[in-house]
Amino acid sequence: MGYLELKEVYKTYGEGKNATEVLHNINLTIQEGEFVAIVGFTGSGKTTLVNLINGLLKPTSGEIRFKGKAVVDTSHERGVIFQNYSLLPWLSVGQNIAMAVKEAFPDEKREFIKNRVSQYVEMVNLLPAINKRPKELSGGMRQRVAVARALAMNPEMILMDEPLSALDALTRGNLQDEILKIWSKDKRTALLITNDVDEGIYMADRIIPLKPGPKATLGPEFKIDIERPRDKTELNDNPHYKKTRNAIIEYLMGIGEERKTTATAFYELPELAPKNFVA
Amino acid sequence: MKQSVTVSKTQELKLAATAKVLLSKFTIKTPKFELKTLVRKIIVPLVSILLFIGLWHMGAQSLYNIEADYKIQKALTDQGQEASDAMKACIASGDISCQPNTLPSPAQVWESFKTLIADHKVIRADKLAFKEKTAALNANRIAEGKDPITYTGRPSFVDQIVTSLKTVFAGFILAFLIAVPIGIVIGLSKTLRNAFNWLIQVFKPVSPVVWLLLVFMIVKTMTKDSNSDSAFIISFISVGLCAMWATLVNTAMGVSSVDKDYINVAKVLKLGPFQKVFKVILPSSLPLIFTGLRITLSVAWMVLIAIELLAQSPGLGSFVWEEFQNGANDSNSKIIVAMFIIGIIGFLLDRIMLMIQNMISFNKNATA
Repeated sequence: MGYLELKEVYKTYGEGKNATEVLHNINLTIQEGEFVAIVGFTGSGKTTLVNLINGLLKPTSGEIRFKGKAVVDTSHERGVIFQNYSLLPWLSVGQNIAMAVKEAFPDEKREFIKNRVSQYVEMVNLLPAINKRPKELSGGMRQRVAVARALAMNPEMILMDEPLSALDALTRGNLQDEILKIWSKDKRTALLITNDVDEGIYMADRIIPLKPGPKATLGPEFKIDIERPRDKTELNDNPHYKKTRNAIIEYLMGIGEERKTTATAFYELPELAPKNFVA
Repeated sequence: MKQSVTVSKTQELKLAATAKVLLSKFTIKTPKFELKTLVRKIIVPLVSILLFIGLWHMGAQSLYNIEADYKIQKALTDQGQEASDAMKACIASGDISCQPNTLPSPAQVWESFKTLIADHKVIRADKLAFKEKTAALNANRIAEGKDPITYTGRPSFVDQIVTSLKTVFAGFILAFLIAVPIGIVIGLSKTLRNAFNWLIQVFKPVSPVVWLLLVFMIVKTMTKDSNSDSAFIISFISVGLCAMWATLVNTAMGVSSVDKDYINVAKVLKLGPFQKVFKVILPSSLPLIFTGLRITLSVAWMVLIAIELLAQSPGLGSFVWEEFQNGANDSNSKIIVAMFIIGIIGFLLDRIMLMIQNMISFNKNATA
């Protein structure tokens, strides 16, 4: 039995005629301490999948089990890093994190909360900005706050919904390293949703492609057997990396092609010629 | 000697350095006055004010002439040449008894303003004298358990303004206390929103006058056997009821349209319902609530004049009405003075609300 288990999960939005099946027969098992990446096109239902796992949404049918118990609601055990940071704009960096810490440790004293907040702000190197509002921060800084907020609650599993997709390439690389560093420190279970194959390979133990929706379903998994800590520059020369990368991209492109051809309707063109056409 | 000179020189240098730092800090804080902004922010409004006064003066002049010509013509047809000439002379002499009654000129309005201020000073002195005179007597009366004697003389213009402000604030607070909680509750529940929607839609467009009459019907009966100031109660309740709709609608809208991301955060953090409302929903809908409150305050101030006029509660509204009924020579210009005062106070109230909004709200971009 896995740490997190999804069994024949279906998710449909709407009812009757307007119903669209977003997720179709999702089966997924994640072991404790594993770092799994799910890679897919935008609009393939990745966010829906994350929200099902964190408890914001309920599956139409099927079962989601976390540590053997069915997921019915959100829980502090599963920390979420949202795609668009979702920081509260009227609170400062410190207050945003403090709010989460207070909820996660309701019985602790003020001193403990204060220390824990500054500890996590320091971890993401934002101590100078602790009293700033999210509006005054860059995208990368905001996402770091979101990371700190999720981790400060001491979750047993981290769910990341395209956490880095809105950032520029350089910031992205830095944050990938930071997240990996934090993850490797106490080996929390992690699920990363991304649209970047390279990011997945660099960070995860396993990559599972999500076939694009509607009726999105998970494809065959790819194991990444590259030793940690991984080095980005060396990765390019690693034969296993190249092979896996090509396989995943080929698979995804194949689906993309499939989608394109199935989506093309055939139109019969009328036979028309200009009236005064002189050859 | 030499040493002391050098010391003082270094001190001087230090002082100069600190002065420089201070100066640089100061200059950063003060905005740079460029010619363009100076022209746009000060000279252009000034010119438009002068233009406005000029146009007003010319308009008042021509209306005055029309009225004067009519008066002379009327005297001629009714009483003959002699009366007409007398009227002409009378008007030209500036005698109060025969001045044409029309739109007052800016100068007349300014004069009336000064009269009103002088009048206020007289009344204030009178009040103080009264207080002094009755101080001993009142102390005795209080000791005997009787009500003290109060000044019952005519209120001055400034007193009327203060009364009006009191009424409008009482009305505004009433509107705030009713509209914000109900707005939050309605905003949170779709069912309640549907239940209350007809009520809001039907009562929102009702005229202040009708509200006043409704409140009058109720308050009159309820205050039958108390000696409280029912005119004040009626007017502030009517003001509150007229003005609360903007806040009610905006609060409900703000609360019901909180960003889904924030709600998700609240769910993931597992905030309780109370915390969710006070830590997430209210702060995020604060800008809209404040926009509603600003509209409410300006509507309250606007309807106040009409309501005071009808409820006969003291204040600027009744001042205007009394002056209009009075028909004294400077009544018209006093009404115009009141008009400007009402406008300026309304403007100031709006500015104060905007200031509070910017202070509290995270959304710093709120503008007029």
